Amino acid sequence: MDDLLSDALRQLLQDQCTPQLVRAVESGQSPAGLWAQLEESGFADALVPEDQGGAGLALSDVFPLLALCGSQAVPVPLAHTMLARALLAQAGVDRPQGSIAIASVTSRQAGGVRCAFTSFGRVADWVLTAIDGATVLLPTAQAASEPGVFALDASLQWTEAALSRARQVPGAHDLEALQACAAAAQLSGALMDTFHRTLQYANERQQFGRPIGKFQAIQHQLSVMAEHAFAARMAAQMGCHSATAAPDRLRVAVAKARTSEAALEVAGLAHSIHGAIGFTAEFDLQLYTRRLHAWRQAAGSESYWQEVLGEELVDRRDGLALDLVRATTDVD
Amino acid sequence: MSALDSLHLTAIPPEAEALRAQVRAFLQDAVTRIPAHVRARSWGGYDSNLSRELGQRGFLGLTLPKEYGGGGRTPFDRYVVVEEFLNFGAPVGSHWIAERQSAPLILKYGSEEQKRSFIPAICRGEMYFCIGMSEPNAGSDLASVKTRATRNDKGWVLNGQKIWTTNAHNCHCMIALVRTSGTGEDRQKGLSQVIVDLKLPGVTVRPITDLSGDSHFCEVFFDNVQLAADAVLGREGDGWEQVMSELAFERSGPERLFSSIVLFDEWLAYVRTPQGRTPESVRLAGRIIAQLAPLRAMSVAVTGKLARGDSPVVEAALVKDLGTGVEQSIPALIADDLFRRPAHEVPLELLRTLNYVTQAAPSFSLRGGTRDILRGMIARGLGLR
Ligand SMILES: Cc1cc2nc3c(=O)[nH]c(=O)nc-3n(C[C@H](O)[C@H](O)[C@H](O)COP(=O)(O)OP(=O)(O)OC[C@H]3O[C@@H](n4cnc5c(N)ncnc54)[C@H](O)[C@@H]3O)c2cc1C
Repeated sequence: MDDLLSDALRQLLQDQCTPQLVRAVESGQSPAGLWAQLEESGFADALVPEDQGGAGLALSDVFPLLALCGSQAVPVPLAHTMLARALLAQAGVDRPQGSIAIASVTSRQAGGVRCAFTSFGRVADWVLTAIDGATVLLPTAQAASEPGVFALDASLQWTEAALSRARQVPGAHDLEALQACAAAAQLSGALMDTFHRTLQYANERQQFGRPIGKFQAIQHQLSVMAEHAFAARMAAQMGCHSATAAPDRLRVAVAKARTSEAALEVAGLAHSIHGAIGFTAEFDLQLYTRRLHAWRQAAGSESYWQEVLGEELVDRRDGLALDLVRATTDVD
Repeated sequence: MSALDSLHLTAIPPEAEALRAQVRAFLQDAVTRIPAHVRARSWGGYDSNLSRELGQRGFLGLTLPKEYGGGGRTPFDRYVVVEEFLNFGAPVGSHWIAERQSAPLILKYGSEEQKRSFIPAICRGEMYFCIGMSEPNAGSDLASVKTRATRNDKGWVLNGQKIWTTNAHNCHCMIALVRTSGTGEDRQKGLSQVIVDLKLPGVTVRPITDLSGDSHFCEVFFDNVQLAADAVLGREGDGWEQVMSELAFERSGPERLFSSIVLFDEWLAYVRTPQGRTPESVRLAGRIIAQLAPLRAMSVAVTGKLARGDSPVVEAALVKDLGTGVEQSIPALIADDLFRRPAHEVPLELLRTLNYVTQAAPSFSLRGGTRDILRGMIARGLGLR
């Protein structure tokens, strides 16, 4: 079933989410058309229980879908929306139409509330965030928006009045882990795609009368890329391992730390192997490598999640390091 | 790349997991009193009493058939047990190669006679083997081996030299890759594997001291060693193919990610003290875990392939190259952490362990095939060669 689902999403994205469209959305065009197609396909409700109109899948099942959002450079928060809608359904809150970005870095400001540098903040319809420990859903249409660094990101600010109308979501939720889980899964897709593109390029580009992939130095760089891309994919899969719709925080910590680390290595090697062409705006490689950097930085960089893991390990007063490794890698 | 595409998060079956508590209880008793700098030798450590005891308790030969004294269990069962050996730093070097490599090889290619005479003794932890592949001029370029077995009326006469043979000085037998026909020009053709009893006249074993002062690998000389006709393992001329399938066993196991783990746990014990804990060390602990965890998941996935009867050669190369890189980084990162502190605060035993692992670390990416050779294999798997 995994394969059928991801084949269907891949097909839809190949048709609807072309590199031209990604570029257009990044330079300001509305993603509403793409979102409407995605909404209609039902993928955004994949994690919502069947009796509430979803597909009732577990997080583990949708890993390939989340990764596809990265490997196709989807310029809307489909991965976030899948996780957010599951959370809303589970909390018994009505789910709105439209896409939802998840943000956790929220600060109270004079006269309002601010979500700084929200991933997909510029293109999302809603933001799911936590204020004073309570989870709320806020419409981006009512926010003052400032551009972020990555083209699709934004810092969003709501007034107290807007905040008082926010939809309240009962229960305690680890929004940080949700964001990092989505970022890691998208990273794993973008990493694998970057690797495959580079491999293909090395087979095509000729210098000294043969494909550059015939040179041992390039072969070894590609082998190292493969190692990082496959380790990152395994890590992201671990981050999504859950029988419910919610991820496990420690598994997410491994996933985000490892994929972020791979992002740096793989982006660097990809550009090195592509030579000057890969440095151009016109060539598609940049659609992926810019995301590798953006998502490495989003939802906590590798250091942040390394600290989470480190504290867990050091605070366990005894026991082998192996036992924490097992806790994040063992599956039923 | 299709082989690699199928490395998925894989469950260790509960029957295998059930062995963990048993082996852990035994190891806690048997090895935790050994100082960390000695346990850090792990599968390089030698203790034939321990090997025999493990054999008696049924922890060896888990994947081998019961009729030859094995456990008749799956590669996952062995994975769990071996993972515990490594994490406790049990000195398992005496039986290691025989149990990991030689016995499965004999099972796959050997005659009934060979199976009966070697496998049960290996499972009892009483018979040890070494691997005679490398020669002074045949390291990475293994097909250029020159040691030669020539037919005579009593069987075969063996002449030549092997080198870097782990544990040869403590072993009963060697499985050697030798030329049985043709010349060096023929490369992979004309090679065979022979079982050599190291007590035979004409065999000389000379330990080589490594840079840390240990002697665990040897030079082995063959001077007109008379082998019986049935010394050939498998089919004459198939040596190359057999060696390649043997290397998949050698490269895929947990020993390619846990070689520095005793040091890591010893350092962790210090970081867990109020004096040892710093923000930098806490983060470093997490950094290493974030490396090891996906690697273990990959290594378990490769074990899943072995359990299904596949021969995951490229995947094993990928996991080994990545894993030995992490193993090598651990002593470097820990040294960086410890030597930014006042020297008198760091426990001596931890420093001795660090010192040993620092000196052993270069070997991690050499034994079992170098980094460059493995990357070449991955590139082949990617269709680049
Ligand atoms: C601790 C330890 C235990 C060992 N145990 C055993 C054992 O039990 N039995 C056994 O048979 N052997 C054993 N070995 C030997 C080991 O398998 C060899 O050291 C290894 O295969 C490398 O061979 P070499 O040392 O001759 O290096 P070389 O082959 O001379 O290589 C030197 C350098 O050149 C590089 N290189 C060589 N060819 C190429 C190429 N085509 N492309 C790119 N780079 C290349 C290598 O990667 C390496 O960096 C052991 C080695 C060690 C360190």
